[in-house]
Amino acid sequence: MKCYTPVIYKGLSPCKPNAIKSAVLQSEQVQYVIKQLAKEMGESPDIIQEEAMEILDEMGHRMQLGAVRFFAFTLSKIFKQLFQRVCVNEEGMQRLQHAIQEHPVVLLPSHRSYVDFLMLSYLLYTYDLALPVIAAGIDFLGMKIVGELLRRAGAFFMRRSFGGNRLYWAVFAEYVKTMLRSGYAPIEFFLEGTRSRTAKTLTPKFGLLSIVMEPFFKREVFDTYLVPISISYERILEESLYAYELLGVPKPKESTSGLLKARRILSDNFGTIHIYVGQPVSLRTLASGRISRCPYNLVPRHLPQKPSEDIQEFVSDVAYKMELLQIENMVLSPWVLVAAVLLQNLPAMEFELLIEKTLWLKGLTQTFGGFIEWPDNLCAKKAVLSGLTLHSNIAGLVDGHVVLNDKGVEDGAVGEIVFRHALAVLMCATYRNQLLNVFVRPALVAVALQMAPSFRKEEVYSCFNFLRDVFSDEFIFFPGISLKDFEEGCFLLTKCDAIQTSQQEIYPTDKGSGTVSFLSAMFRPFVEGYQVLIRLNTYIPVVNNAYKPRRLKSQLIFRYLSKEMKEAFTEKQFIPAVRNFVFQLLEKGSTQCYEALSSDMQKNALSALVQLGAVKKKKTPNGFTYNVNQEAVGKILDMFDARIPVQKPVAARL
Amino acid sequence: GARLWQELLKWNGWGYNDSKFIFNKKGQAEFTGKRYRLGGMVLPTFKEWIEKTFGASLEHKTTSRASLNVNDVPPPIVNEEFLQDLRATKISYSQDAEDRVFRAHGHCLHEIFVLREGMFKRIPDIVVWPVCHEDVVKIVELACKHNLCIIPFGGGTSVSSALECPEEEKRMIISLDTSQMNRILWIDEKNLTACVEAGIVGQDLEKQLAESGFCTGHEPDSMEFSSLGGWVATRASGMKKNIYGNIEDLVIHIKMVTPRGIVEKNCQVPRMSTGPDIHHFIMGSEGTLGVVTEVTIKIRPVPEYQKYGSVVFPNFERGVACLREVAKQRCAPASIRLVDNAQFQFGHALKPQVASIFTSFLDGLKKFYITKFKGFDPNILCVATLLFEGDREKVLQHEKQVYDIATKFGGLAAGEDNGQRGYMLTFVIAYLRDLGLDYYVIGESFETSVPWDRVLDLCRNVKERIVRECKEKGVQFAPLSTCRVTQTYDAGACVYFYFAFNYRGISDPIHVYEQIERAAREEILANGGSLSHHHGVGKLRKRWMKESISDVGLGMLRSVKEYVDPNNIFGNKNLL
Repeated sequence: MKCYTPVIYKGLSPCKPNAIKSAVLQSEQVQYVIKQLAKEMGESPDIIQEEAMEILDEMGHRMQLGAVRFFAFTLSKIFKQLFQRVCVNEEGMQRLQHAIQEHPVVLLPSHRSYVDFLMLSYLLYTYDLALPVIAAGIDFLGMKIVGELLRRAGAFFMRRSFGGNRLYWAVFAEYVKTMLRSGYAPIEFFLEGTRSRTAKTLTPKFGLLSIVMEPFFKREVFDTYLVPISISYERILEESLYAYELLGVPKPKESTSGLLKARRILSDNFGTIHIYVGQPVSLRTLASGRISRCPYNLVPRHLPQKPSEDIQEFVSDVAYKMELLQIENMVLSPWVLVAAVLLQNLPAMEFELLIEKTLWLKGLTQTFGGFIEWPDNLCAKKAVLSGLTLHSNIAGLVDGHVVLNDKGVEDGAVGEIVFRHALAVLMCATYRNQLLNVFVRPALVAVALQMAPSFRKEEVYSCFNFLRDVFSDEFIFFPGISLKDFEEGCFLLTKCDAIQTSQQEIYPTDKGSGTVSFLSAMFRPFVEGYQVLIRLNTYIPVVNNAYKPRRLKSQLIFRYLSKEMKEAFTEKQFIPAVRNFVFQLLEKGSTQCYEALSSDMQKNALSALVQLGAVKKKKTPNGFTYNVNQEAVGKILDMFDARIPVQKPVAARL
Repeated sequence: GARLWQELLKWNGWGYNDSKFIFNKKGQAEFTGKRYRLGGMVLPTFKEWIEKTFGASLEHKTTSRASLNVNDVPPPIVNEEFLQDLRATKISYSQDAEDRVFRAHGHCLHEIFVLREGMFKRIPDIVVWPVCHEDVVKIVELACKHNLCIIPFGGGTSVSSALECPEEEKRMIISLDTSQMNRILWIDEKNLTACVEAGIVGQDLEKQLAESGFCTGHEPDSMEFSSLGGWVATRASGMKKNIYGNIEDLVIHIKMVTPRGIVEKNCQVPRMSTGPDIHHFIMGSEGTLGVVTEVTIKIRPVPEYQKYGSVVFPNFERGVACLREVAKQRCAPASIRLVDNAQFQFGHALKPQVASIFTSFLDGLKKFYITKFKGFDPNILCVATLLFEGDREKVLQHEKQVYDIATKFGGLAAGEDNGQRGYMLTFVIAYLRDLGLDYYVIGESFETSVPWDRVLDLCRNVKERIVRECKEKGVQFAPLSTCRVTQTYDAGACVYFYFAFNYRGISDPIHVYEQIERAAREEILANGGSLSHHHGVGKLRKRWMKESISDVGLGMLRSVKEYVDPNNIFGNKNLL
C-alpha cells in the first residue's frame, strides 16, 4: 500500500470533517443568520439550527483515507484502461507543493468531463500533496453508492441554485471559508460551473470565487493562492453524450446504473490526458491597489455583507483572468487542427490536402501562442492518421478522402439525415472549438476585416468591437479591454504576415488573404449561426403559434411581424422553437449552419441579445421571460451587415 | 539648566551618554552606566541571539562620526529685527550649531541615521528658552510680528518626524524649547489636581509629586525624556492607563498660546457640556496650533503597594484570548502586556549572568517544568507581564482574580522577576537600536490600535508582511518581526511592533526600511487597525490622514488651523 504523507499548509491545525461541521454551525456567521431568521419568521432558533445541521449533513464531505485509497486503486485501473497516457507538468506540481505549504490554495481546473476532478485528486494523491475538497453539484447525490463514495473522497455538495435561501447561503459560504481559513485542504471548484459541452471555455460563475476570496478581503488569511489548471483530453469521454444533449436529446440523470452502463466505454480508447498546473496566482498581488479597505473595517466581519461594486468587479476580473490562464495553458492535440480544417472542407477532403493544411495550421497556432502536443519527430501524416484512428467515430478515410462519419452513428433512433449529420458536425466542432479559445482575437479581426465596408482602422475596430460584444458569452474576453484585444489580434495577424497596418488602415496582404479567409471561415458558424438565431428572435412568438417557413425570407412579413408580435416567451419555449425552426431551414437547405442547432449557441445568442438590450429579460414567479425589441434586433442585424456608421469617440482612441 | 541636560544625553542616539550596550573585551554584551537595573551587567547569551537573529557579526562594524561636524550644519537664516526685539525680552536664546541640530530631529530611524552619517537639509535657526507662560506669549507675538516660524520642542522623543523642519521653509525657524518651564505651580490636594508647566519631563514630574506623596501615574515608555506638553500635543498614552487613564483622561485644564491669543477654559471641572471639547482641538495638534504652556493634571496618592507578575501561555492565541477576557471583566491590572514568542526569546537573551548556581538551578527547573512537564513549546509559548498597584490587600485579591482567568486560558504563573524584567526592558530596549546601528542592523517600533476580534489576524498579517517585504526588497537575512499587545480596552487593544533587519548588501538601507515600514502601515490599515494609537501622525504618517478621518474630517481640522494660525506661524507641517 502506498504510504501517503502529504505536504500540508504550515498553519494547519488538523481536525476531522465533523469538527469542521460543528465549527461552522457554531460560527458567529451562521449563528447570526439563524437568530435573524428566527426573529423574522417567529420560529425557535433551535428549529432553524436543526435545519442548518441538515444542510450541513447534506453538503459536508467526510474525507477518509480509506475511501481515498479505494478510489486511487480503482481509478488507476480504470484510467489505465481508458487512457493511453496522462501527462503532467512536473514543475507545476512542484510549484503547487510550495504553494500548499504557504497559503490556503484554491484549485481552479477547467471542466470538460467528470474525469476532471477524479483525475486531479488521483494526481495529487500520487504526488503526495494534500487532497482537495471539491465543490460538486448536488445531483451526484442522486447516485446512491457513488455519491457517498465521492463524499468520502472529499467532495462536498452544493445545490444548483440557492439564491433566495439565506440560511443555505450562510451555511455553505461558512463551510467553504472555514476549510479555507484553517488551511484544512485545498478547495477545488470549477469556475465554469458545469462541464463545457462544447469544449469552449464557459463564462465564469462568480459565487464560489467570491466566497473563497472573502477571507482575504477580511484579512482573515494573509493571502490565498488561486491555481488555474488546464485539463485537456485527446478524446473526451462524454463526446457523443454532449452532442446529443446539445441537440436536445435529454441528458440522462446521474445514476449509478448509468455509470455501470458506461462500462462499455471501458473497452474504448480515449488517448492522452494533459494536465497543466498553472503558476499559483497570489490574490494579494491581484488585489493590491484595487480594493478599498474601508467597507470591511466598519462592519463586524461575521455579518453578511453584500460585496461593494468594486469588489464585484474585481471578482469578475479575477474569474476571467483565471479562465484566460486556463486557456493559455491548455494543451492542444493534432486532432484539434484536423477537426478545424475538416469542418471547413465538408463533405469530403482529400487526405493529402488535409495533411498539408493541418501542418500549415500547426504553424499558425504556434504563432498565436497555442500549446500543441506534437512531438518533434512526428510526421504530419502519422499525426493525422493517429487522430483519425482515435476519432474513428467522428471521421474516417474513404477512397483517399476524409469524410465525416455520419452514417452509422450510435443507435440512430431519430433516423434523420440532418440529425445524424448535425451530430457528427457538433462532435467534430467540439475539437475545433478548443482552437477557438486561442484564435478568437486575431480571428475576430479577420472577420471584422471582411465585414467592414473599408479598411479604415476605426471601421475595422468598430466591427471587431461589435463582434466582441455579440460573442461575449461565446468566448472569453477580459472585461473592458476591447481595444487591447483588438491590438493583440492585429499584432498576431501582423506577426504571421496576414495583414499590414498603416497609420489609418488595416488590410490583408496578398500572401495573407488565405489566412484571413481561413480564420473568418473558422468563425463563420458563429457569425452565421447568430445571424440566423437573432433573425429568428423576431419570429419567436409566431413560431409558438403558427409558423410558416415559406415566408421567412420575405422582408414584408418580417416587418409585419416585428410590429405585431409583442408577446413574451421563456427560455423553455425558446430553445425547442428555435431548434425546430433551424431544423426546417436545414432540411430545406436554406442554411448550412448545422451548429445553429446547438442549444449552447442558442442560449448564448439569446443572452447576447439581452446584454445588447435587444431583448428584455424579466423575472417572473415562473422564472425568466423574454421580450423582443424588434427595432433593436434589426439594428444588430444591420451591424452584422456593417450598415451602421462608426462611432467617432471610440475611433479617436485608436 | 538647559545645557546641562543636553550634555547628559547622546547627540546621535537614544538616552543618556553613559548608558549603552557594548561588547566588552571578552566579546560579551554589557550594559554600561548605573542608571538602570541592567547597568554594569553582562548578558552572556545576547551576542549569540544577535548573530542568530540577524545574521550579524561582530566583525562587521559601522561607526558613527564621533561628534557633530559644525561645518556641515546649514547656516542660520537670521531676521535681525526679530533678534533685536528678542534681546529686549531678556529671554535666553542660542544660535549655536550643536543646540540647533539637537532640536532638529526626533528619534525616527532616518533621523538618527542622518545624525550618524549625514546632515539635515534644514534645521532651526535659533533656539529660545522661555521660562514661563508670559515668555511664550512674548515669543509668539514677536514671531507673528516678523512672520517667522515656530516649532515647539519638548523632550525631543518624537517618532513621527514631527520635529523635522520643513525643507522649503524660508522664514527663520525658531525652536521653542519648553524645558525651562518645568515647575509645579501648585498642588490642590482637595481636588487632587496639580498645575504644572508644560516643559516638565515625566520622571521629574513624578519625582517632584512624590515628594508630596502624589503621582500622576502617566508613564509612557519615554517618560524619562518626554515632556508634559509633548504628551498633550501628541495624545500620549501611559503604561498604567488602566488605573490612571490616558492623557485625555488626566488633563483637567490646558493653557495654550496661539497666534490668535490664549486658549483656555474658565474653570477646572471634571467635565462640561459646552460644545465640542476644545481640549480635543489641542490634544493631538502636534505643535501646529500653538504652544501648550500650563496644564492642570489629575494626581493620585502614591500607591501603597506594587507587585509585578508574569504568566506563560502555550501560544499567542491563548494569550490574546486571556487579555480579552480580562478586559471584558474590566479587571485589568495597572499594566498587562503580552509579548509574542520572538520577543519572549529576545527578553531571554537579555537575561544577565546569574550570580549563584542556585538561581541557575532554579531557572533550569522552571524551564523543565514549563517545557517538559506542561508541554509548552519554547518556540511557540508567549508571556504576559503584569503590574498591580494599590493597597496591599486589594492588590493580592486582584492578582488572584487575574491569575484565575489566566489559568482558564492555559496560562501558568511565571514569577515576579520575569514580570519586572519585562518592564525594565521597556526602558532599555530603546538603547538597543544604537547598538544595532553599529553592526548593520536597523530597526524601529510602531504601534496601532485594533478591535479585539482582529488582533490576531492583524498581528499575524503585519509580521508576515514585514518578512515578505524584506525578502522582496533584497534583505538577505530574515528580519526580526515581532509584536506585543501593550494595552487593553473595552473594545480593543493597542499593539506594538518591533522590526529590525541586517542591511549588509543593501545600498540604500533607509529607503528600503521606509518602504517596508510603509507597507507594514498599509497592512495595519487593511486589517482594520488605526493609523496611530499614541505616537501621532507628524509628517511620517500624513499621507494616510484623509483615509483615516475622511475628507470632511480633515477639512474640519484645517479650518481650525486656518482660524487659529492663518499665517502658519506654527509651521512644522505636521498632521494636515
